[in-house]
Amino acid sequence: MKLQISSRLAIFALLELAARPDRQLSVAEVGKKYGVSGHHLAKVMNVLSRAGLVRSVRGAGGGYQFSGNARRTTLFDVVQLFENLNSGNAPFAAGDRTDAGRALREVIGEIDHIAQATLGSITIATMLKLVDRRQTAGRRSAK
Amino acid sequence: MEAKAQARTPKLSFLVRPARGSDIPHIIALDKRVTGLAKPDYWHDVLRRFSEQRPHERFFLVAEPHGPKIQPPILGFITGEVRAWEFGSAPCGWVSTLSVEPRARLRGIGQALFDAISMEFKNTGVDKMRTMVARDNRLHLMFFRSEGMMAGPYIQLEKELE
Repeated sequence: MKLQISSRLAIFALLELAARPDRQLSVAEVGKKYGVSGHHLAKVMNVLSRAGLVRSVRGAGGGYQFSGNARRTTLFDVVQLFENLNSGNAPFAAGDRTDAGRALREVIGEIDHIAQATLGSITIATMLKLVDRRQTAGRRSAK
Repeated sequence: MEAKAQARTPKLSFLVRPARGSDIPHIIALDKRVTGLAKPDYWHDVLRRFSEQRPHERFFLVAEPHGPKIQPPILGFITGEVRAWEFGSAPCGWVSTLSVEPRARLRGIGQALFDAISMEFKNTGVDKMRTMVARDNRLHLMFFRSEGMMAGPYIQLEKELE
């Protein structure tokens, strides 16, 4: 499964901000770490701001702060701001109205349900734990 | 913000211990509050089997509040056992149920029960634990994920018997 670039950037930005909720980070700071343009990231931050997940901080050194609930916001909540994960809602394509087409949609639907359940069960807080485990493992292997 | 959150969730002192016969009515009541179903025969049978057969590999733990006459007397429970070679799996610990009193959630009870059974599994010598969660049971999925569980190598399949 592949997420669109906007969804990925949104998740990265939220992880950076939620990891340090008392600090504000600029688009440039986040963009530099993940190798993306500030222009694209700014669009993503606007969407996250409208969803109430971040708030912009004005003034010198301004940026964004996390304003959501890390223990309740899931990856699915974030991704669905940028893309539709439910192929069942997609318009019928050629062949879809045949028996073979319907059987195929059922199989694809099974994949969609698993993807939605997976993304819907991982919160920002849980993702931060996963990141932390990788950082710890990385430090151990570097010794 | 943090001080207000603490005021809304007063400190709760509890201990985790093995279930006893006298706990069963409270476990039945808690299970009914959470699932809507009363299963007295089921829970009596679980306690009997876990006590009499392979008790060193089967664990039925409860969280009990500190202090006398605190209601409810059982804040949560967890069951699990070591299973070996089913579905081609080497011995591992399986968590089969976990339930926490709805009014007492978000106070570390679930985590304490999970940590306790994890330690019991580890003490039997297994190095992996598993569970199965309904796809639409977001609460349990989020909880187990937050405790570090990830999807395993098995897929559960089913069919209707017509």
